[in-house]
Amino acid sequence: MHSSTAALAEQFDDLQQQQEASSLGMWVFLATEVMFFGGLFTAYILYRNFYLPGFEAGSRLLNVRIGALNTAILLCSSLTMALAVRAAQLGKKGALTTFLFLTLLLGLAFVAVKLGLEWRHDYLEGFAPGVHWTFHGPDWRHIELFFVFYFFMTGIHALHMVVGVGILTALILMAGRGKFSPQRYNAVEVAGLYWHFVDIVWIFLYPLLYLIGGRY
Amino acid sequence: MWQGFPLRPEQASTIARGIDHLYYFLTAVDLFFTALIFLTIFYFAIKYRRRAKGAKATQIGANLPLEVVWTVIPLGICAFTFLWGASLFIRYSRPPEAATEIFVVGKQWMWKLQHPEGPMEINELHVPVERPIKLTMTSEDVIHGFYIPAFRIQKDVIPGRYTSIWFQATKTGQYHFFCNQYCGTNHAVMAGYVIVMTPDDYEQWISGGIRGESMVSAGARLYDQLGCITCHGTGKGPPFVNLFGSKVKLTDGTTVIADEDYIRESILYPSAQIVEGYTALMPTYKGQVTEEQLLQLIAYIKSLSAEGGKQPSKPATYPPSLEGAREAGGTGKVIK
Amino acid sequence: MGEGQGRGEREGDEAMGTVTVETEIESRVHYLNASYGIKSWLLTTDHKRIALLYLASITFFFFVGGAAAVLMRLNLISPGGAIVEPATYNKLFSMHGIIMVFLFLIPSIPAVLGNFLVPLMIGARDLAFPRINLLSWYVFMAGGLLILYSVIAGGVDTGWTFYTPLSTTYANTNVISAALGVFIVGFSSILTGLNFIVTIHKMRAPGMTWFKMPLFLWAMYATSIIQILGTPVLAISLTLVALERLFHVGVFDPAVGGDPVLFQHLFWFYSHPAVYIMILPSMGVISELVTAFSKKRIFGYTFVAFSSVAIAVISFLVWGHHMFVAGQSIYAGLVFSLLSFAVAIPSAIKVFNWTATLYKGSISYDAPMLYALGFIGLFTMGGLTGLFLATLAVDVHVHGTYFVVAHFHYIMVGGAVMGYLGGIHYWWPKISGRLYPEGWARLSAAILFVGFNLTFFPQYVLGYLGMPRRYAVYPSEFQVLNVMSSAGASILGVGYLIPLVYLVWSMRYGPVAGPNPWGAKGLEWQAPSPPPTENFEETPIVTEEAYAYGSEETQVA
Repeated sequence: MHSSTAALAEQFDDLQQQQEASSLGMWVFLATEVMFFGGLFTAYILYRNFYLPGFEAGSRLLNVRIGALNTAILLCSSLTMALAVRAAQLGKKGALTTFLFLTLLLGLAFVAVKLGLEWRHDYLEGFAPGVHWTFHGPDWRHIELFFVFYFFMTGIHALHMVVGVGILTALILMAGRGKFSPQRYNAVEVAGLYWHFVDIVWIFLYPLLYLIGGRY
Repeated sequence: MWQGFPLRPEQASTIARGIDHLYYFLTAVDLFFTALIFLTIFYFAIKYRRRAKGAKATQIGANLPLEVVWTVIPLGICAFTFLWGASLFIRYSRPPEAATEIFVVGKQWMWKLQHPEGPMEINELHVPVERPIKLTMTSEDVIHGFYIPAFRIQKDVIPGRYTSIWFQATKTGQYHFFCNQYCGTNHAVMAGYVIVMTPDDYEQWISGGIRGESMVSAGARLYDQLGCITCHGTGKGPPFVNLFGSKVKLTDGTTVIADEDYIRESILYPSAQIVEGYTALMPTYKGQVTEEQLLQLIAYIKSLSAEGGKQPSKPATYPPSLEGAREAGGTGKVIK
Repeated sequence: MGEGQGRGEREGDEAMGTVTVETEIESRVHYLNASYGIKSWLLTTDHKRIALLYLASITFFFFVGGAAAVLMRLNLISPGGAIVEPATYNKLFSMHGIIMVFLFLIPSIPAVLGNFLVPLMIGARDLAFPRINLLSWYVFMAGGLLILYSVIAGGVDTGWTFYTPLSTTYANTNVISAALGVFIVGFSSILTGLNFIVTIHKMRAPGMTWFKMPLFLWAMYATSIIQILGTPVLAISLTLVALERLFHVGVFDPAVGGDPVLFQHLFWFYSHPAVYIMILPSMGVISELVTAFSKKRIFGYTFVAFSSVAIAVISFLVWGHHMFVAGQSIYAGLVFSLLSFAVAIPSAIKVFNWTATLYKGSISYDAPMLYALGFIGLFTMGGLTGLFLATLAVDVHVHGTYFVVAHFHYIMVGGAVMGYLGGIHYWWPKISGRLYPEGWARLSAAILFVGFNLTFFPQYVLGYLGMPRRYAVYPSEFQVLNVMSSAGASILGVGYLIPLVYLVWSMRYGPVAGPNPWGAKGLEWQAPSPPPTENFEETPIVTEEAYAYGSEETQVA
């Protein structure tokens, strides 16, 4: 992905081929991610079907407002990412760097809220399976299963966010050094694809985890 | 088959011959096409061998009719084989109504086989010949598999639920059964024999030896001892008469069939599914009943269903203690 | 027949004097001598060098997995277990499966022959992402070393299938490290597939339309689709197993409401397509060999090309045929059985087209062709035994027995490995610049064919008789067939060792090869043997169909 902003890489005949290959590569990679999360979602949905009361109870223990805040943060970050790509298209280096930086900040904010606020709270309240689980009320085994999926799914998602933050950092450094131009901004575009994908995963995660608590 | 070099196990069940015929057909198809391909390759490789260096081949154009032929013929063979196999499979999937039910519990690394009349066997299964037998099986730990080659049947034995197979033995004799789902260190020795006896020998066997309780009477005793009667015999909990096999309406509006898995779950995880009109009062019995005891309770509850489940009537075998409990405590909702 | 030892039809050093060619190969710069030193290999981005890195690693893992098999077959000579305790035997078959599937079969053709040939065959200088290619090898080695660690630390004994709750709760062997090792190796597979898809889409030489591509590329493309879409699901399944084990939480443990059969669905959703990852590339090789050694266009090009894609698509729809007796519903069984029959048809189409390609060809018996012809026959037999397993009523009897073991070894060993060896021999001159000794190669092919059948044919019978698989000990009535199988295995072992020796020998002492010793069609044969780092001086322009034999005298040089 970095090569498309450096000079033309040896294996390619021209810049266009290089950029097309780069984009196709990212799409193919995203296809693997769809299958990865898809497998997890399938397992979650099946168990939710088997154990609806327990899973609804577990869902009610999550904080919808914090989840909504995180959703808003991510949606904004997708906006800033799209604006960054636009800025790169127009050759506006300052705007590009700013928007990339905003996206990075929002991404970090998301991870901070998720880990620092939500996970920490769940851990302290004794809802961390395998690590600190204290609830033994009715249906507790199914609620624990819900939380296993909750932590794993949001954890893997957060891991992808962190990787995205790393990519953004690299892009900001490259933008700062003037590596991008209206003819050569494919890396920003491709990173944008990745970022939007991670956002979309959250768009699925949020209702599946937070909103099925039977409170609506 | 050939004495001393058998190519198949004995045919000792009603389905074995049918399965073997299908197997012979498949073998014939396989050997035919393998021979066809090998011989054709051999023939072409010799006939068209390169006789001189630089000798050229004759290029052949595509031949659509040929492609169609050798697509359609395999398709036809596949369709035919699928239908044959599927029809046997469907036919053999449902046990006959009158099948004697034997309960099987597998655990690392042994089998416990419980006859309804009482005897429990370890790693051995005595059955009468020419009678349909249904095995209802569960595991206490990992997934096992119960496989009787001579009967051509097997099924995985899964913890947390019941699976079942059935057979009708056609020949007396001793036949291997094996654990057929890898289950750890002693998987290979978790095996035994099905001993098929004439009806007379079987009667003799089952009445001699250590006579345990029948499953139903053991289940009835547990119903009393574990306190089930205090709710289910007084109206606080749903009644059991005609329960087994019926449709049960739950508080969430859904309807389930009261099968073995339902009863087992109700005993171990009572708050998972609440019957409409009742509340979640029942405590769990997880850790207080063994798999065998669960099967005994299920057998008892089954016995409370009349033929076809249509008419409530006095169950066949009530031990006196239960009669006494009914008279004393009032179990009007159970028996009318 | 009867050409000189080690020469066959190849004219590597015919026209020119041996001395001139030797000095020529010394003085010409190619990918092997373009730079020296360990760093130039470990930090290479040249797809050809990366292919050789993979070749070395998977050969190593093959012999480790093979050693496990040798011990297993030795043990099975005696019904009571001849040399190891059951606990050890269980670890041996688990390691054999894990190593052979994940560290040998899955990478073999794609990562060795695919990496080497895909750019050459499409007329490109390298793959689309050379650094990701190198990364894929490092990821492979990391996973492989973690799996090796599991072996050294005492082994894992869950079988390569890791069924729950045995693997999550009851096994007390190195499940987590083995599962994580497989998880990591999976990423390598994904990266390779990703690279091939983008390369084939975007970097074909001018004039090379999809339908002018050699069929090997179609096979690699179809394989890559499976790698991309299937492997992530395996990743999830194994991660959940590792998590359950680490944190004692119940995803698949029925004691806490988990469903052990769900694991099987998730596992087989990948692992069935995975077996097509293992066989499709081999089928691609066969298309190349059959055409080159009969000097003929492939019969039914379009059918063979589309059959690869059809196999890839349908392969995702049949996973339940591993679970006919696992407690699935009858209806699920019917659907999966029907689809499993459907997936057999495209394979049959290939076999018929390969056989028809021989018709009126000009056939030579070089070792690669012997491997190819052996493949076609053995794959037919083994593939048809798949129909036995797809047939519901029969599967209820043979599931979990040696019948299944025989079936998949016929495909994997009689098929995939023979295709792999055939390809290695065919492209050896291109890869190494040397010719291998033809006589020894033909002998090995014959030994392998005989040894293979002796080893695995008795297992069909054993299976139908009812001997379960994964049994360290067995009832004595199964002994004769087991001894036959073990005897065959010893021959098979010899058959694998001989090529190891002469191929390594030939790298130094084999006669120097010209660019096209076989007189074959395909862009890879237009590059020198071995090719320079950038493959082609100028990007070739493709005007003719694949396998355009007979249209002109083929340049043999």
